[in-house]
Amino acid sequence: MIEVEGLTKYYGRLAAIKNVSFRIRSGEIVGFLGPNGAGKTTTMRILTCFTPASEGTVTILGKDVRKDSLEIRQKVGYLPENVPLYDWMRVGSYLDFVARAKGVRSSSRKQEIERVTESVGLTGVMPKLIRWLSKGYRQRVGLAQALIGDPPILILDEPTIGLDPRQIREIRQLIKGFAQNRTVILSTHILPEVGQVCDRVLIINKGTIVAEDSPTNLTRGHGKSSRCRVVLRAPESQVEDVLTHVEKVTGVRLGSSGPGGEVEAIIEADAESDVRPLVARAVLEKGWDLLELGAVQVTLEDVFIDLVTEESEVDSSQQEASQQEVA
Amino acid sequence: MRGFYAVFRKEMGSFFVSPIAYVVIASFLFISGFFFWANISFMSILSLQATGNPMLAERINLTDVVVRPLVQNLAIVLLFVMPLLTMRLFSEEKKSGAIELLLTYPITDTGVTVGKFLAAAFVLLVMLLGTGASVLLLTAIGKPDMGTVLTCYLGLFLMGMAFMALGTFISSLTENQIISAVVTFGAALLCWILSWTSTVAGKTAGAIIKELSILEHLDSFNRGVLSLSDVSFFVLFTAFFLFLTVRSVEAHRWRG
Repeated sequence: MIEVEGLTKYYGRLAAIKNVSFRIRSGEIVGFLGPNGAGKTTTMRILTCFTPASEGTVTILGKDVRKDSLEIRQKVGYLPENVPLYDWMRVGSYLDFVARAKGVRSSSRKQEIERVTESVGLTGVMPKLIRWLSKGYRQRVGLAQALIGDPPILILDEPTIGLDPRQIREIRQLIKGFAQNRTVILSTHILPEVGQVCDRVLIINKGTIVAEDSPTNLTRGHGKSSRCRVVLRAPESQVEDVLTHVEKVTGVRLGSSGPGGEVEAIIEADAESDVRPLVARAVLEKGWDLLELGAVQVTLEDVFIDLVTEESEVDSSQQEASQQEVA
Repeated sequence: MRGFYAVFRKEMGSFFVSPIAYVVIASFLFISGFFFWANISFMSILSLQATGNPMLAERINLTDVVVRPLVQNLAIVLLFVMPLLTMRLFSEEKKSGAIELLLTYPITDTGVTVGKFLAAAFVLLVMLLGTGASVLLLTAIGKPDMGTVLTCYLGLFLMGMAFMALGTFISSLTENQIISAVVTFGAALLCWILSWTSTVAGKTAGAIIKELSILEHLDSFNRGVLSLSDVSFFVLFTAFFLFLTVRSVEAHRWRG
């Protein structure tokens, strides 16, 4: 449905994205995940025919973005990041403008606007000026304009940014609702969102795709080590030393120390082994109080942070190497 | 041209829902009323003098003493007002980011440009029709030469369109409305008075400069002559800058 091959975009001499390739099947909800400035918006702008790529091809529904821009624009609903609407317009007349701009026939225009406003819950605010809408309602108007004309593809750039938790939940529900017979690409840097909404995740960092899989596979596949968290009442200086000597433990990281000599530690071990009994025994042998002990699930966040930092470590070591060569 | 009507309607909204159009039209009509009153007063003094001077009486008439100077003055006022009407056409949306949505709708770049330009041209039309009230008043007290009045107004309208095409183009280059207005005003003024240098420049260059000057081409309309070369000058001027605007919008896509 959407095929992206070797996409590169330069702004001046700076490459915003480098050689990005991916495929999206019909009906998928794909999350575009990455830190700010990773190239999410750039990629989306190329997909929506707003900016052209420097190199590479994008094929949407079998059409080339460069050649059949108008046809593709008809099929794609887009919500840009900061939701640029016309503040001086009323919601109703704004949606009427969008429907006309998207070429919705005059006979079905009214029904189309009604259908969309009902599905995003805007019915009550139609006569209001957009300027006076709350952030949540603005976002809904943004979604509504993307949905007008019933496009089979929706591209949403950070649809939940700047909303309060309740609104985030509502918008997420809405997106899930639209997605039933549509292909949706949404970008975000809110990690739980991806796990809840998306079928597949593309993690992008510094303009390249560093991982691509379903949220569950990503967290599972990444589990090279298992972690557990332990809270003790013990002299802080000895804790690290004792825990690292427990069998199969590969690393210990001390966390915050609480009141009354509580010490928190994160213990890493091989993925297959469960070190919890061994840790418990070691602690009791020392005569310390064991307050808490539990396994830590690898979250998408860990995967993300690992991937994003791994990259930069590799980068910097490469740079160092090349600098040494020069020296 | 696809989608131009949607853009036209939206731009009309932004002119007439906000106070912009009303303020501009009202100021313009106020100034035009002032000029009309001044010219009429001058005419009445002249008429008084002419009662004892048949030579003068033969040479004064409403068209020459009232209508022509009025239209010449209005042309200068338009020079100031046109940049104010066109400055926000593209700049505002570039600044707010709304251009991103507009250009991802299935509308052609020509549609966007023409829709915006026609909306501004409509405001110009309303302004000029408003001053028509003065001319109607004239018909109550005398017989102005309606043919000349019409060519004068056609000249004004064509010139206004030319300035607005220029302004639309400059607005598509910047996201700052003030820069857009100032540069448009400067460029329009330069086109206007270009012919002043024609005597200093050489023979060939002088002739070319004279042909490019707006003031020269406005002259025939003012004399009541409808000349093909002058009409086509303004039409081509307008078309050329609209063409450049479409290219500039396209370039926005190219450069990103």
